[in-house]
Amino acid sequence: MEMLVTALICLPFLWAILPAVIHNSKCRAFFVYLGCGIVIALSVFTAVQWFLAGGQTLNFDLPYRETFDHVILFGDLFLMCLITYLSFKYKKGVISLLAIVQTLLVAALELFGPEVEELPALRFDWLTFVMILIIGVVGSLIGIYAVGYMHGYHIHHHKELTDRRSFFLAMIFVFFGAMFGLVFSQSLIWMYFFWEITSVTSFLLIGYTRSDEAINNSFKALWMNLLGGCGIAAAIAVGILAWNTVNLYEIIDLAIAAPKALYLLPIGCLAFAALTKSAQFPFSGWLLGAMVAPTPSSALLHSATMVKAGVYLLIRISAAMADNYVGNMVALIGGFTFLAASCFAITVSDGKKVLAYSTISNLGLIVACTGCGYEETIWAAVFLVIFHAVSKSMLFQCVGAIENTTGSRDVEDMQGLMAIFPKLAVILMIGIAGMFLAPFGMLISKWAALKAFIDTSSVYVSTLMVLFICFGSATTMFYWTKWLSKILGASPKEKTRDLTKKNEYISMFFHAIMMVALILGFPWLSEHVLKPLSNDMFGTVDQVISYQNMIIMIVLLVGIFVVPCFNYFLTKGQKAKQVITYMGGANVGDNFNFVSSTGEPKEMHIANFYMDEIMGEKKLFTPAIMISTFIIIVYMIIVIGGAF
Amino acid sequence: MISSRVIIAVLYVLLAPFVIGLLDGFDRKISARMQGRKGPSVLQPFFDLKKLFEKEFLTANKTQLFMIYSYVFFIILSGVIFYAGFDLLLVVFSLSTAAMFLILASTSTHSPYSAQGTHRELVQIMSCEPMELLVAVGFYLATKTFNVSEVVANSVNSNIIYLPGFFVGFVFILTIKFRKSPFDIATSHHAHQEVIKGVTSEMVGKEYGMVTLAEWYENAILLGIVGLFFLNSNPVSFVGAIIAILVVWFLEILIDNTSARVKWQLMLKLAWGVTIVAAGMNLFLLEIIMG
Repeated sequence: MEMLVTALICLPFLWAILPAVIHNSKCRAFFVYLGCGIVIALSVFTAVQWFLAGGQTLNFDLPYRETFDHVILFGDLFLMCLITYLSFKYKKGVISLLAIVQTLLVAALELFGPEVEELPALRFDWLTFVMILIIGVVGSLIGIYAVGYMHGYHIHHHKELTDRRSFFLAMIFVFFGAMFGLVFSQSLIWMYFFWEITSVTSFLLIGYTRSDEAINNSFKALWMNLLGGCGIAAAIAVGILAWNTVNLYEIIDLAIAAPKALYLLPIGCLAFAALTKSAQFPFSGWLLGAMVAPTPSSALLHSATMVKAGVYLLIRISAAMADNYVGNMVALIGGFTFLAASCFAITVSDGKKVLAYSTISNLGLIVACTGCGYEETIWAAVFLVIFHAVSKSMLFQCVGAIENTTGSRDVEDMQGLMAIFPKLAVILMIGIAGMFLAPFGMLISKWAALKAFIDTSSVYVSTLMVLFICFGSATTMFYWTKWLSKILGASPKEKTRDLTKKNEYISMFFHAIMMVALILGFPWLSEHVLKPLSNDMFGTVDQVISYQNMIIMIVLLVGIFVVPCFNYFLTKGQKAKQVITYMGGANVGDNFNFVSSTGEPKEMHIANFYMDEIMGEKKLFTPAIMISTFIIIVYMIIVIGGAF
Repeated sequence: MISSRVIIAVLYVLLAPFVIGLLDGFDRKISARMQGRKGPSVLQPFFDLKKLFEKEFLTANKTQLFMIYSYVFFIILSGVIFYAGFDLLLVVFSLSTAAMFLILASTSTHSPYSAQGTHRELVQIMSCEPMELLVAVGFYLATKTFNVSEVVANSVNSNIIYLPGFFVGFVFILTIKFRKSPFDIATSHHAHQEVIKGVTSEMVGKEYGMVTLAEWYENAILLGIVGLFFLNSNPVSFVGAIIAILVVWFLEILIDNTSARVKWQLMLKLAWGVTIVAAGMNLFLLEIIMG
C-alpha cells in the first residue's frame, strides 16, 4: 500500500515533465493520454485494493520520510520565491508579503521551534478513498478532454495567443499530484505544502492567456488563496507551540474533547483556510475570475480539484465543529453563499458564469452541511461532493464544446440545441439534471441537511439555516429549469457540423455513464462507503435515511428516467395535426418569424427572465461581500478572543 | 393501519378529480353569484373536460404530449406519497419535479405567449417553494417527524396551535398555487387578456384536458395539507379539517373576486415577505419553545 500511495503522489509530479519538454503535438498528446490512463488505473487500483482489504484506516509514512521532509521544506521556500518573483514582475509586490510571512513562519517553526513528536505523515481512510477516486477518475478525464480542446483552442479559435500548451498540460499533472498529496496528508506541514502547490498552480492556470484580465484575475486568486494559506500556517504555529504536534487528527481530537478556548483556535484557522479555497463569500471573486482561463482549467478547478480541497478539509474537521462558534461561522457562511450565489446565477446569461455561480452555491450547501457537523449532514456533504464533481466536470466540458461548435456559450443562444446538436444537448441535460433534479444528489442531500439543521442546537443558526436552504432551493430550481427549457424545442438555426473532437466526446460520455451509475448505485454507495465513513468519524452506524424513504427515492429516480421514456414511446405513434403556434395572428408561416409593424417578416427571439433589477450583481454583490465579511470577522474575533 | 393507508391512497387516485371538479363547479357558481350572474351548472367542469378529450389532436410540437403525461404522473405520485402518509418533504420535492415537466412541455413549442406564461410560472414556483418546504419543516418541529401518518397519529392536539404563522403563509401562497386573482399571472381563465392562456397557450384538446386533470390532483394535495394542520389522533378532528378546508376554499374565491392582477415583481416580494415574516417568526419561536 505504501508503494502504491507513493506512486500515486509522485508519479503525476514526475510525469508533468514529459508534456513540458515534448513539443511535438502528436507525441505530447500520446504521453498525456498515457499519463491520464495511468493515473486513472493507479487511483482505481489503489482504491479497490484498499476496499477489498476491508477498508481499515491506515497510518503510514512514505519510504525515505526524512528526504521527503527536506523536499517539502525546500519546496515551500521555492514556492515563496516563485510567488515573490512573479508578483514583483507584474508590479503586485504586496501579495508576496502574504507568501513570505506564512512560509517563513512555518519554516522557522520547523527548523528552530520546539521538537515535534514524530508521527506518520500519511493516512488512508474512507474519505481519502472517495477523494482519490474523484481526483483520479474525474480529474484524468478532464486531462484527456484538455488535449483535444486545447488543440482546437489554439488552432481554430485563438490564433493570436502564444501556444503554451506544454506548460498547460504539465500544470494539470502537477495539480493531480498535489491533490493526491493533500488528501493523504495527516501532517499539517505536508498538507500545507500541497495546499500551496494547488494555490500556485491554479494561479498559473488562470493566467494562462497572459491578457490583462487573465493576469488581474490570477493575482486575485493568488492573494485570496494565500490568505487562506495563512490560516493553515497559523494552525501549524498553534499546534507546535501549544501541544508539540502538527498532526491534523490530534488537533481535531483535542478540539472534540474540549471544544472551547485554545483548542478551537486551530480549527477556526483551518476552517478559514478552507472557506477561501472553496470560494465561499466573501472569497468568491477568485473562482468567478477563473472563467477567463481555457475551459479545461475551469472544469478542473470547479469539479475534481481545488474547490474540493476546501470542502475536503471542512469535512475532515467537521466533527470538531459540531455546535460551536467555528461550526456556526462555517454553517452561516455556507448557507448564505448557497442563497446569494444562486440568486446571482439567475441574473447572468453567460453559460460559464451560470456554472461558476452554481458551483459556488452548491459548495455553499456542502460547506453548510459540514459546519453543522452532524452525522446526517456529513453523509449529505459527501454525497454532494461526489455528485457535484461528476456533473460539474461534465457541464463545463459540454459548455466548452458548445462554445467551440456554435461560437457562443451564452444560454440565450442555446435555443433548441436539442434540434441541432442532440448529442451535446443530451449531455447538457444529464449534467443539469444531476445538479438539481429531484431524485438526484440534491434531493437526498437537501432532505438530510434540512433535517439536521432543524435539530441544530443554536436557535438563531438553526432558524437562519432553514430559511437559507428553503429560499436557496427555490432560486436554484429557477436558474436550472430556465436553462433546461432553452435547450429543448425547436431551433431557428440550421444544422451545422459538430466540431467537437472525439476525445472530448469520450470524456463526456464517460461522465454521463458515471452519472447514471452513481444515481442507480446510490443505495449501495450509502451502505458500503458512506456508512463506514460516518462510522469512522462519529462511531455510530445509524441509517441516516429511512428504508421507507430510500424506496420512495428509488421510485422517483426510476420514474424520472422511465416515465418520460415510456410516455415518449406511448405517444410516438399518435396521430396529430401539426399546427403553428399562436402569435395573435401575426405568423409569417413558421414558428420563428412574425409580421412586424412595417409588414416585413421579423425574427422572433424569446428570452428568459433574468431579474437583473431585483437581484442583479450590480445591486447585491457588494452587500453580499459585506455581510459575509462581517460574519467571518465577528466569529473569528470570538474564536481568537476566546483562546486567550 | 397499513391497509387503511393503502385505501386512502387508492381513494385519492380514484376520487380526487371528482371532488375537486365538483368544488370547481361550485367555485364557478359562487363566483357568478358574487358578480350578479346566474352561473353554469356545478357539473360544468366535467362537461368541459369531456369536451376537451373529444377534440381533434392539434399540436405545435409533438414532444409536448409525453412531457404532459409525465407531468400528470408525477403529480399523482406526489399525491400518493402524501395520502399514503409518507414523507412530507418528499411530497414537495416530487411536486417541483412535476412542475418542471409542465415548464418543459410549454417551452418546447417556441411560442411567444406560452414562453411568457412559462417564465411567469417559474416565478410563481420560486415564490411558493420556500413556503411549501417550510410547512414540512414546521410539521417536523411540532411532531419530530416528516411522516404524514405519524404527524397525524402522534399529535394529541391539532398542530395549528403550534403553527399559526405557517398556516397563514401557506394560505397566502395557495392563492398563487390555485392561479387565483391577484396572482393569476402565469395563465388566466380569460383568454382575451395579455397573457392569452400563458403557460397552457399551446395546449389543445386532450393536452389541455390532461393539464386540467393534473391541476385537480394537485389541488387535492394542497387542500390535504390545509387539512393536515387540523388533524390529530382523535378521529373527530377530521370534521374540523373538512370545515377548515371549506373555509380556506371559500376565502380563496372571495379573494379571487375582489382583487385585480398584480405584476410578477410584486407577487414575488409579497410571497417571500409573507413567508419570512409569518413562517420565519413562527419558526423562530417554535425553535425556542421546542428548544
